Amino acid sequence: MSSELRYTANTQLEHLHARYTGTGHADLTKYEWLTHQHRDTLASIVGHPSLASYLAIADGEAIGRVRFEMTERMLQPCGPPPAKDD
Amino acid sequence: MASPNSPRLVDSFTAPKEVLQEFADLAEEEDVDPFAETASKRQIASRQSDYHNRRFKRQAHESDDAFKAVEEGRDVEGGYKDAMRVQRLEKEEERVRRAIEEKEKQAREEGKAKMDLDKTPPRTEIEAAVKELAGMKRKRRWDVPEPEDKENKDTKGGEWSKEALEEAAPKKRRSRWDATPADVNAPGETPKRSRWDQTPVAGGQDVPMTPIIMNAPGFMQEDKHNRYLTDEELDAILPATGYAIVTPPPGYAPLVRPPKFATPVTEIGGFQIQEGSDAAAMAAAAGLAPELPTEIPGVGSLAFFKAEDAQYFAKILKEEDETELSVDEMKERKIMRLLLKIKNGTPPVRKTALRQITDKAREFGAGPLFDKILPLLMERTLEDQERHLLVKVIDRVLYKLDDLVRPYVHKILVVIEPLLIDEDYYARVEGREIISNLSKAAGLAHMISTMRPDIDHADEYVRNTTARAFSVVASALGIPSLLPFLKAVCRSKKSWQARHTGIRIVQQIAIMMGCAVLPHLRNLVDCIAHGLQDEQQKVRTMTALGLAALAEAAAPYGIESFDNVLKPLWVGIRLHRGKSLAAFLKAIGFILPLMDPEYVSYYIKEVTIILIREFQTSDEEMKKIVLKVVQQCAATEGVTPQYIKQDILPDFFKSFWVRRMALDRRNYRQVVETTVELAQKSGVAEIVGRIVNELKDEAEPYRKMVMETITKVVASLGASDIDERLEVRLVDGIIYAFQEQTTEDQVMLDGFGTVVNALGIRVKPYLTQIVSTILWRLNNKSAKVRQQAADLTTRLAVVIKQCGEDQLLSKLGLVLFEQLGEEYPDTLGSIIAAEGAIANVVGMTQMNPPVKDLLPRMTPILRNRHEKVQEATINLIGRIADRGAEFVPAREWMRICFELLDLLKAHKKGIRRAAVNSFGYIAKSLGPQDVLQVLLTNLRVQERQSRVCSTVAIAIVAETCGPFTCIPAILNEYRTAELNVRTGCLKALSFVFEYVGPQSAYYADSVVTMLEDALTDRDLVHRQTASTIVKHLALGVAGLGCEDSMLHLMNLVWPNCFETSPHVIGAVMEAVEAMRVTLGPGVLLSYVLQGLFHPARKVREVYWRVYNSLYLGAEDALVPFYPDLGELSEGQNVYDRHPLQVFI
Repeated sequence: MSSELRYTANTQLEHLHARYTGTGHADLTKYEWLTHQHRDTLASIVGHPSLASYLAIADGEAIGRVRFEMTERMLQPCGPPPAKDD
Repeated sequence: MASPNSPRLVDSFTAPKEVLQEFADLAEEEDVDPFAETASKRQIASRQSDYHNRRFKRQAHESDDAFKAVEEGRDVEGGYKDAMRVQRLEKEEERVRRAIEEKEKQAREEGKAKMDLDKTPPRTEIEAAVKELAGMKRKRRWDVPEPEDKENKDTKGGEWSKEALEEAAPKKRRSRWDATPADVNAPGETPKRSRWDQTPVAGGQDVPMTPIIMNAPGFMQEDKHNRYLTDEELDAILPATGYAIVTPPPGYAPLVRPPKFATPVTEIGGFQIQEGSDAAAMAAAAGLAPELPTEIPGVGSLAFFKAEDAQYFAKILKEEDETELSVDEMKERKIMRLLLKIKNGTPPVRKTALRQITDKAREFGAGPLFDKILPLLMERTLEDQERHLLVKVIDRVLYKLDDLVRPYVHKILVVIEPLLIDEDYYARVEGREIISNLSKAAGLAHMISTMRPDIDHADEYVRNTTARAFSVVASALGIPSLLPFLKAVCRSKKSWQARHTGIRIVQQIAIMMGCAVLPHLRNLVDCIAHGLQDEQQKVRTMTALGLAALAEAAAPYGIESFDNVLKPLWVGIRLHRGKSLAAFLKAIGFILPLMDPEYVSYYIKEVTIILIREFQTSDEEMKKIVLKVVQQCAATEGVTPQYIKQDILPDFFKSFWVRRMALDRRNYRQVVETTVELAQKSGVAEIVGRIVNELKDEAEPYRKMVMETITKVVASLGASDIDERLEVRLVDGIIYAFQEQTTEDQVMLDGFGTVVNALGIRVKPYLTQIVSTILWRLNNKSAKVRQQAADLTTRLAVVIKQCGEDQLLSKLGLVLFEQLGEEYPDTLGSIIAAEGAIANVVGMTQMNPPVKDLLPRMTPILRNRHEKVQEATINLIGRIADRGAEFVPAREWMRICFELLDLLKAHKKGIRRAAVNSFGYIAKSLGPQDVLQVLLTNLRVQERQSRVCSTVAIAIVAETCGPFTCIPAILNEYRTAELNVRTGCLKALSFVFEYVGPQSAYYADSVVTMLEDALTDRDLVHRQTASTIVKHLALGVAGLGCEDSMLHLMNLVWPNCFETSPHVIGAVMEAVEAMRVTLGPGVLLSYVLQGLFHPARKVREVYWRVYNSLYLGAEDALVPFYPDLGELSEGQNVYDRHPLQVFI
């Protein structure tokens, strides 16, 4: 949160953002942002039955299996976090 | 002119003596500080009761951190054992002191009995007294030396001897008051010196900080007004001869050890020169300086500085050579500076100081911090704000110090516990917060061992506050962890005080935690249950109160937990009397609602006998509790109406429906509430029938009480139960009570309105009588009576119409119309409101007087400044404009429009809204052109309020007459070169689009060019308002196919996202949010992606902010729009979203 925005009328909104996962800030890394994107994508597939069944047909798997795999993959969708430089 | 020989009664006119005297007194009092009283009100100690101020008597002890000590393998000093020993000693001391006092009192009373002055003493006594007096030498003034015996002197020389002459000389009687002290001084006596010729004593010891117990009673004597005289002072006052210093009797020891340290305010013996100090600062430290400093070295300027502060902050008031100080001393001064900044500084100063003291808390250490903070909190002149700030400091510091705080727990508790019984709610909350944090930091075991000694403290005050503190600990650390301790305390065999406090803790837990006690209810009840049979009456009472609190907290669940106490409670009410009976009844009252309906009637029957017996009690507290219990009994399901009617009502009415009950406010309310509750069971007719005759009682307060009860009963149960005979009596009584009232009261008015409305068409036979009463009262000479009559008309209008008595209504309407010249604004407002109510029910066509006469009469009244008049008038006009505008010529309406402009800036929101709505109605009936012209012209006025209201009115006109009538005119007006007008136009447009919603799709393209202009204007407000328009427009046209023009507007709005002014950026962000709805999140994402990883942080911050709101608004919908970033994959991290690349 920047200092200049901290004093704007929307401080409460800023506070709210901090409570939701998936929201970002100016120092977010590429890895973190993309991990959120992947999780959103996977959650979207799990949540939309049509998408899940589409994938199930394409993979030749049961819908439940697809859902399970998507859920499992949410743990580290883009692999382990890269090592910190500093 | 009177003839010269006519007797003049008074030769001069002057004010009476008393009056002159009063003025003289006033003049003398002139130098009285009018703010002295408010200043003392701000001080907490001076505002609070003696009970609250008992906190100053408490002694705090330092307790070692037992846990750490054991870890380190050393003996615990000042631990639990010591504390208990000290506490026992204190208790013993208290007992002895009380015994001595008792004895002295007894002795005094005996002596007094002897010298009873009321009676003529027996002769023997008088004689004895006379003898005694004769034997005694007459007392002389202390400053006149004892003369030698006269006889001895006389023998020395003759009549004319020198001595005799000298003696005869001062025969002249002098008034005591004009004697100069020098005259009185006898030779040989040390002359009484004025303070000012004393050589200053070079005292100069540093004034150390006073410890926490400084305000204990013994130390209060060091107060400059209230201390012992020192030997030196006595020497100065008393003559050297004739007095001897008596040695204290053997075995005498002063009650409180005289303090070893120097007194806080050093004022003894005139003034002292302090060594090596800045003179002004030291004078301030001694509280002598006439002007207190607001500028302290190293602290800067303060908001205020009190004389009392000087004694605490003496060390930092002078400038010192910092290099000579040790590390600890430096630290101490640093803490003092920070505290002074926090306590007395301006908000920004305070804020930074608070942050510093928090950050450095562990570095400073618990000891130095609390040694400074706690004495400040015990200062007698402390004010609310200071206390709040200091408590805040403790809170912050506690959080940082964590377990380092242990040795200071008791000291902190002594200071904080009083907050728990403060009358100020926020102080109580603060106190709770601190104690809860303290218990989390120090841990349960330490809290218990620290507070245990106070549980059976001799002083009730200490026990009370300790109980409350314990309940806070219980809520912070959980009830289960405290339960074993509570069980032990409640069963304590050593003292009843401990049991009493233990039970009180349970009570406080129930009060504080509410329904959160439910999981532990059985345990808590079992914990205190045996207290009902305790041998101490106080313990039994407290147990009953504790059970009442538990039952209240648990309601409506948990009856099974109370199984064990039912029997003792119900047996108890037969055994007890007085206070404990009241407590038992209270407990029963709260347990009854929890019971099953099948069983409850048995228990109620049992308790009713006692209740009925106690109906006659003279004890106020008992009365209240009995009423409450009756109310609770009546509210339970299990009790039958039959039972209430037969067994409770006769005695209840006999003892409580008496005139005396109406006099005390609290009794009054309780009786009314209980009766209403009884009515819920027994029916309207039963209750109203019993009290309706009292409406004609001669005591007015009593009539009022009856009226209020009837109002509430009828309002909640209706009047269908009331038969014809009762109806006659009721209406008769109400009219009587209404007519006989001497103070025009809301209660009577409400009662009349409620009853008549409830009876509805059944009042028809009485209407003639009622209306004639109203008409008669409308012509009364008292304005209040007229006002009330008008108010009554307002309430009755609907019923009169229901009864078909249009004749009466038109008569009332005419009379009210004639009354419109009323000069009292309150009355006038009521009259207009009544006229409005009549117009409402009869309709505009049948209205008498006709609307075309009524409205022109209202126009001048619109100029009345009184809010009530304005509101009533505007409502009536709006109603006419809405329903019967065609009866009034257009010219009249235009005139009203101009008058209405003034009302647009009324203070009351209701009036402004009514005025704006009236514009809408008028515009609808007249066509918008003329009204719009008036409003647009009004945009040129100076007053902002007026302009804003005009814009709202324009929007209303647009809504009622269609946007096409207004938008061209607004767009045309926008071309005016005047800034105010342009802003006004934008604002009007913003309201228009807000109100018309989806209709805006037809007008989106027509306003685009204007919005282009506004969004590229240099003026910030222009862009802000334009953004608001875009927001409303975008939300209105969402899904209606205006994406092209919206995208164009989006491109114009977007560059504004870097604005910093709060309102502007707010409006822009909202416009962008609205665009998300219209254009879809995908489009917005493409805008945002440009800057999420921009090299400049300022840019990134803004873009992330937009991204976040976008993300929260459309998280799922963004999934397909995220860019494919598979090419960024490196090493283990694969960024391809494979599931999206699948296709069949």
